[in-house]
Amino acid sequence: MTTNPISQPGFSEHRSPVRGSVTPHKSGLVPVRSNGNNGTAKLTLKNLSLTYKSNGSSRLLALDGIDLKVKPGEFLCIVGPSGCGKSTLLHVIAGLQQPTAGHVLVDDNLMDGPGTDRILIFQELGLFPWLTVSENVEFGMKMKGIARAERQEKVQYYLRLVHLAQFKDSYIHQLSGGMRQRVALARALATEPDVLLMDEPFAALDAQTRDLLHDELERIWAETGRTIVFVTHNVREAVRLGDRVALFTFRPGRIKREYKVDLPRPRHLEDVTVAKSAREILDDLREEINKSLEAEYAGEVLKR
Amino acid sequence: MKKFMRHAIFYTVLIGIWALLAKLKVWPPYVFPSPQGVVESLAAGFADHSFWIAIGVSMKRMLLGYSLSVVLGMVLGLGVASNKFLEETMGGLLVSLQSLPSICWLPLAVLWFGLTEKAILFVVVMGSLLSVTIAMETGRQQMPKIYGMAGRNLGARGFRLFWHVLLPASLPYIISGLKQGWAFAWRSLISGEMIFVSLGLGQLLMMGRDLNDMSQVIAVMILIIAIGYIVDGLVFRTIERRLQQKWGLAPAT
Repeated sequence: MTTNPISQPGFSEHRSPVRGSVTPHKSGLVPVRSNGNNGTAKLTLKNLSLTYKSNGSSRLLALDGIDLKVKPGEFLCIVGPSGCGKSTLLHVIAGLQQPTAGHVLVDDNLMDGPGTDRILIFQELGLFPWLTVSENVEFGMKMKGIARAERQEKVQYYLRLVHLAQFKDSYIHQLSGGMRQRVALARALATEPDVLLMDEPFAALDAQTRDLLHDELERIWAETGRTIVFVTHNVREAVRLGDRVALFTFRPGRIKREYKVDLPRPRHLEDVTVAKSAREILDDLREEINKSLEAEYAGEVLKR
Repeated sequence: MKKFMRHAIFYTVLIGIWALLAKLKVWPPYVFPSPQGVVESLAAGFADHSFWIAIGVSMKRMLLGYSLSVVLGMVLGLGVASNKFLEETMGGLLVSLQSLPSICWLPLAVLWFGLTEKAILFVVVMGSLLSVTIAMETGRQQMPKIYGMAGRNLGARGFRLFWHVLLPASLPYIISGLKQGWAFAWRSLISGEMIFVSLGLGQLLMMGRDLNDMSQVIAVMILIIAIGYIVDGLVFRTIERRLQQKWGLAPAT
């Protein structure tokens, strides 16, 4: 197991300078406001907004003025109730959807449209069933125009990284759910993106497989040093994986609060400290979940 | 093996009845030939190369016409599928045009191109173009959107996106349309060749009629069936099976 040196054991008891009402908990969580400041950011979101036009007259504000900075090599988790625009945010960052306002910057360069510097792992994966595992992993590099020999080498490296080397000639339908997740991870990593975006990747997996993939993702993250933005509705998963957790409001999608997770790695889903921290975020999240439920019962939930 | 036996019994009985009817001379031989006569005609046709030449000419026309209509149909189908206005207007027109037997295009083709290869190609293309176009259009719509998004996400654009992602992703949805297009093209070709005479299997069929050689007529008919069956059974079914294996779809029986 690789240990990650960035977090220190122990509890930080800083109060949020803005929302001072938060009582300090002995849980390893530090509420933070991160608007700008300290150091260079790998990924910067500036005042990102997205409005959907639904049925002509009514408009839906899906994202509302999102400001966010992600440091190089940081593991950021975004949690929020379903339908809060988390997935939409990832699509916008990936350039698959145009924001109504605001900008996405990678290394201070303005992004316009999709690019292999930001790879999104979709919730439904979107692996290509007409290609073998290794051809799937190779795909992004092929599109980038990387030479064949180098591609083969990297395919081998990344398949080994996700422990799928002996399945390189299989087709997607022959693999289990967890293995498909790992193919998707390898395919995304193989393009060597600056930022890896993950949209509830483990939501459909059974608990054992998910635990295993948490460990693997943490290891791969430590090994490759990628910047990761990970969206989930599972608070405990967010605390288990993230350096930082951003809580989304229900609608319009805004960042309600951020927490720095100051717990030592490797962590486990069952760790008492993880549970405690999750509990704290969950209290804040509950309010948003209630809002989403109210909207659902009122029949207002629009298709995502 | 049991299935093979059933087939063998069926065809033996069928040919037996045929031979019996021919033997009883219910109808004169120039109206109702015997199985032996047909077999002899087949052998003679292959021996003097006239069948080989006819097959060669017909297949060349088929391949040319069919490839043309596949390329055109894909472009058209994608165009129609990607534009709401076209989808509403052209889509409807295409479906209604499909009820027109493609041989109806022959008079028009002859007036436009004269009695040339172009005229017959035109009929073949019109025979299969609509099937391919409609298949491509519906395939493009049925195909899960995620593949296109994943392709763009991984850096595929424009033609490469079409070639490496959209086309293979829609293949399971368009393969039956491609097959149907081939069958239509084959029919159009034979009927075209029958009316507009210059080599090919259709012409051979008409020559049999002109010579009152019923054995040859039946022999050529068997040839036409056999070629249609071989292409359908070998080429298209192999492609379908391989697709199903790759995608993990249940094999259709």
